Amino acid sequence: MIYRRYSVPSIFEEMSNLQREMERMMQAFAPDRARMLSTFPAMNAWTDDEVEVITAEVPGVDPKDIDITVNNDVLTISGERKATEQAEEIRYHRRERVNGKFSRSIQLAFPVDAEKVTAACENGVLTVTLPRAEADKPRKISVKSV
Amino acid sequence: MATKTIEVKQEAPLAEEKTERIRDRRVYVPRADIYETKDDLVVVMDVPGADEKSMDIVLEKSVLTIRAFPKYERPEKLSLAYAEYGEGDFERSFALSEEIDREHIEATVKNGVLHLRLPKAGAAKPQKIAIKAG
Repeated sequence: MIYRRYSVPSIFEEMSNLQREMERMMQAFAPDRARMLSTFPAMNAWTDDEVEVITAEVPGVDPKDIDITVNNDVLTISGERKATEQAEEIRYHRRERVNGKFSRSIQLAFPVDAEKVTAACENGVLTVTLPRAEADKPRKISVKSV
Repeated sequence: MATKTIEVKQEAPLAEEKTERIRDRRVYVPRADIYETKDDLVVVMDVPGADEKSMDIVLEKSVLTIRAFPKYERPEKLSLAYAEYGEGDFERSFALSEEIDREHIEATVKNGVLHLRLPKAGAAKPQKIAIKAG
């Protein structure tokens, strides 16, 4: 019997092609839905045992208008996205961006040390670094042989 | 005659969609506001993570294409636990119906938002026509 060594991955290739096709079709029919999110800002969370990093997309929000509060293991990001255009006699063709106040809370993986939380905002991406609370860190317990 | 037909096909924007990108990254369609004032056509677009160096705006014939290639700094040694947005490039094209004064286009990026001001060319500016009572 002859086994063909390289025939297996074709199904995965086919699937990723299909996914790409679907994405392209969705974007063609409803471009604004391609990145539609029910909540603003969108957040990503990165973590290990020591620290949690939250990144959020806040385009058009002045860093001065962002408020960050930490309560034990809940992070709240709130603020306001202000409309930029002040001119009169504006006729809109498209309005997909939403302005106004926002507030979101996210449950963290562990309680954090509120004193050591740092935040930076660059090009509309907010990065919040939250170190784990000392009291919550796992302790190694050595086993003594009797 | 045959050569002419081929030329037309190359210009059609549909032909472009069939090409694939070389960069192995997802492409997102950024959200945009488009509005018109008396003198300008203004495009405002959310491109979080992109700055003036990582953006590319092309106006070819009447097709305006905006591309952004934001840099994503992944926190070292950490693993992604929860994700709401994907990391990728932004790309969006618009077909402009009006004549644009190409010499005076202004683009600025601030806090991840692109402001593109396209001044209307003289002929496209609205002119008031006085109506006389007859």
